[in-house]
Amino acid sequence: MNSELLRVDDVKVYYQARKGLIGSVAVKALDGVTLEVRSGETLAVVGESGSGKTTLGRAALRLVRPTGGRILFRGEDVTNLSDSDLSTLRRRAQGVFQDPYSSLDGFMSVSQILEEPLAIHGVGTAGERTEMIHDALRDVRMSPPEEMATKFPHMLSGGLRQRVGIARALILRPDFILADEPVSMIDASSRAEILYLMLELQRTYGIGFLYITHDIATARHFSDRIAVMYAGRVVESGPAGQVIDEPLHPYTEALIRAIPEPDPSNRLRQRPVIPGEPPSPTEPPTGCRFHPRCPFAIAGTCEVIDPPLIEVKPGHLTACHLHPEPLRE
Amino acid sequence: MSLLEVTDLTLHYATRENPVRAVDGVSFQLDRGQALGIVGESGSGKTSLSLALMRLLPSNATGYGGSVVLDGQDVMALSDDEFRRQIRWRKLSMVFQGAQNSLNPVLRVGHQVAEPLMLESGARKAQARERVLRLFDLVRLPREAADRYPHELSGGMKQRVMIAMSLVLDPALVVLDEPTSALDVSIQAQMMNLLKDLKNDLGISFIFITHDIALASDICDRIAVVYAGQMVEVGGADDALTQPSHPYTQLLLGSIPRLAADEPPQFIPGAPPDLTDPPAGCRFHPRCPYVFEPCDRDAPPLAAARAGHEARCWLLAQETP
Repeated sequence: MNSELLRVDDVKVYYQARKGLIGSVAVKALDGVTLEVRSGETLAVVGESGSGKTTLGRAALRLVRPTGGRILFRGEDVTNLSDSDLSTLRRRAQGVFQDPYSSLDGFMSVSQILEEPLAIHGVGTAGERTEMIHDALRDVRMSPPEEMATKFPHMLSGGLRQRVGIARALILRPDFILADEPVSMIDASSRAEILYLMLELQRTYGIGFLYITHDIATARHFSDRIAVMYAGRVVESGPAGQVIDEPLHPYTEALIRAIPEPDPSNRLRQRPVIPGEPPSPTEPPTGCRFHPRCPFAIAGTCEVIDPPLIEVKPGHLTACHLHPEPLRE
Repeated sequence: MSLLEVTDLTLHYATRENPVRAVDGVSFQLDRGQALGIVGESGSGKTSLSLALMRLLPSNATGYGGSVVLDGQDVMALSDDEFRRQIRWRKLSMVFQGAQNSLNPVLRVGHQVAEPLMLESGARKAQARERVLRLFDLVRLPREAADRYPHELSGGMKQRVMIAMSLVLDPALVVLDEPTSALDVSIQAQMMNLLKDLKNDLGISFIFITHDIALASDICDRIAVVYAGQMVEVGGADDALTQPSHPYTQLLLGSIPRLAADEPPQFIPGAPPDLTDPPAGCRFHPRCPYVFEPCDRDAPPLAAARAGHEARCWLLAQETP
């Protein structure tokens, strides 16, 4: 399970946004992100809106071309490949997206939706494709597959639509799946069902997952490692349990404390909160991007020096001046 | 005396075939200064319940009925016009889901907050402005935000504007429909703290509608769980969260991934039913692990599980048919 599947190396994605009538300004959606996904593991990328987590996923699938840095897929540099040279990546790396209502074409039946990737990549004969479609539907527990294949998206519940989305990602037997908020539009009582399904498929087929979510609690239970993003940067990454139980970065800690657990005594106390809101991606703060909201900011350091992401404990990295000492060999 | 007593409230929607039974005989009561959480999944009818309370009925509404007594007044006896002039916004206001995006983009937000005040109570401009600024203090918005346009404010600030707007005519009860669902968790926590303060310091009562039972625990004194248009359990927050009586509530709580615990979350197989054709008997029976003889045949009554705590389940009924 340890071979490196995807490596994102100091990747930057800047967008040009209009400012005023003729001016333009760079929106730094990703500003130097480094991480890797190994085959058969799930890396959860957790962050709030505007943290850059969705852009990271899009860059990982090379749906956007990075402004800087490198993306390696199974050792091959795919950073600047042209669309026609990307067909291997397009086949080996798939995506499951947030909204199962808009990510499926309403005029296509389930079997047409699942056949499309096979047709594009020229896989199988007509008979083989039907078999593959039925297998994929069985994989995502949609039975009987012969009947489910004839349905149209509007006839399916949100949970079933998302299963179709997963089957579509799975049908080419990819090595890597980007799952961008795959359950945020699914009802709470069914969310875990979809996540268990993805976990099981990962074990069966040895797929590496990049699980992008705002929900750090599902990340704890359904991923091996967690990377926490803030304002276009990774501020902490490490083994899932360790990041939740012993967070190193004050932002991670605040994020964890902001999440309610169903405890009746919650109503009797104020929740500890971080003041303010995430910074503008056009003008991120100097130094550490979290310093204006950080309760532990060190004057003279945090607003001046941008802390590097360093390994502080084995496999556990953070970018924070409170943890300046890198792990010694 | 309770502030709000709702008995057998019903709201259906006409379709070409069977009506959608979105709210199907819901009863509850709410004491002054308390917050009642209405928790349910999408399609459970929780938003329709709030529309029924506010009497904001879509054009295909049918079967709107039941009794709603607010502050001793039978509001269902009022005509639409009387309801609009006497009740809506004055005694009962609402913050709609995603409402921060329905602010008028070309008007300054302070003006929009003042609008009900000038229209409904004929306040003068200066008076209205003073009231708006005090409301902005209350919801912890900087006073200068009153002169801003919606696009100049963040999502969290716009939601504070919506809360200020709901309070402008000093209602006793505010219905909050998923007030934090579009906000990030760190902003959500700030918003919950604000709502807690409004409840504790000003004694405002809330009906807090959410799909997230954990979030409901952050403010609610009582929790009502709705499933397929019906209330399946209602009780004090302590009871409902720690000793839930209805299998649906138990399973819903089990489906929340816990940060502090190692136990992995569970899920409820199947999906909520189609409200044009709900299952016979108990509406949860096709998904219930404890289903037994009467469940698929007879609808269970709301039975007392403990003092002040009721659930709609044959497991609790004194006698089964």
